Amino acid sequence: MRAQQLHPAHDTPHGEHHDGHHDGDDLHVSMSDYVRGFVLAVILTVIPFWLVMAGVIQNRATLVVVLGVLAAVQIVVHMVYFLHMNGKVQGGWTLLSTIFAVIFVGVTIAGTLWVMFHMNAHMMPDHANPMAMQPAAPHGHTATP
Amino acid sequence: MSDVTLNHAGGAGAAAAPRQYHLAHEPHPQNGTSLGFWLYLMSDVLIFAALFATYGVLGRAYAGGPTGAELFDLKLVAINTAFLLLSSITFGFAMLQKQAKNVGGTLTWLAVTGVLGLAFLGVELYEFAHLIHAGATPQTSAFLSAFFTLVGTHGLHVTFGIIWLITLMIQISKHGLTPANVRRVNCLSMFWHFLDVVWVGVFTFVYLMGVL
Repeated sequence: MRAQQLHPAHDTPHGEHHDGHHDGDDLHVSMSDYVRGFVLAVILTVIPFWLVMAGVIQNRATLVVVLGVLAAVQIVVHMVYFLHMNGKVQGGWTLLSTIFAVIFVGVTIAGTLWVMFHMNAHMMPDHANPMAMQPAAPHGHTATP
Repeated sequence: MSDVTLNHAGGAGAAAAPRQYHLAHEPHPQNGTSLGFWLYLMSDVLIFAALFATYGVLGRAYAGGPTGAELFDLKLVAINTAFLLLSSITFGFAMLQKQAKNVGGTLTWLAVTGVLGLAFLGVELYEFAHLIHAGATPQTSAFLSAFFTLVGTHGLHVTFGIIWLITLMIQISKHGLTPANVRRVNCLSMFWHFLDVVWVGVFTFVYLMGVL
């Protein structure tokens, strides 16, 4: 019987019980988390600004990689200390959706850059050297004389 | 709602008030709102991913116009970053006050957060006005189109966050820290910290790498 799957409500007023159970902040935040996250975020922000503004690293490629790594670390710091990410919140569903989003972000950004720079390399006319646009096709049929 | 009210019609106790039951197993996860809001934020991540990709492709297409190195004022960006970072920890203080069920403290720290958010927005609008006045409008080059779209979308998010913050402060001062208001503070907290995460990407990839 259906009634067997049900049990009587508690003595507390219904609304109070429901809200207290589901919508209260079962997420416990702590001062130490926020302070630790803030200090780390400040350090991870000051370093890249200092590196660029003081011109510490001369090699452009190295600097770009260092800046990217610092940003990635800072994003993780924000996620852990400010957004309280871990594998247990919501039974791991937030972590799962985050991993999905991160993969999607990687595919979108890396894929777009890859495709578009290849498009540029293959399709942009080389103004400095017009002859460079002559295709090296085996048949040699081109519109230009 | 997972609650079922059964009327024992026809029984001897028909005159009694309807009895209330809960399902033994709740079909929805605990605090489903925050998971739903998290999923919304992840969809926002995808919007920003597309805008970052666009900027990545067009960021060096100056079309003979000014470059990032000529336009960006890193001191201004550093000040802006400081405002947003400070507003993150002041929102954290508001969360702690909310946890301690202190209405006055929550409102105070939310107000401080709002002021810092407005300061951020003010500096950003000053920067935009400065750029447009100097002739660096979104129509000037693909680089500037992508720049204004990406940074402007982030600024628009901050604007809506501030509108939400003010609305929520009015709600809290009227009704106190009711379960619904607590839920709203939790969601706005996620939204606010998320904006800081996006800004980390903006100041790194647009401004710092833009002046190299």
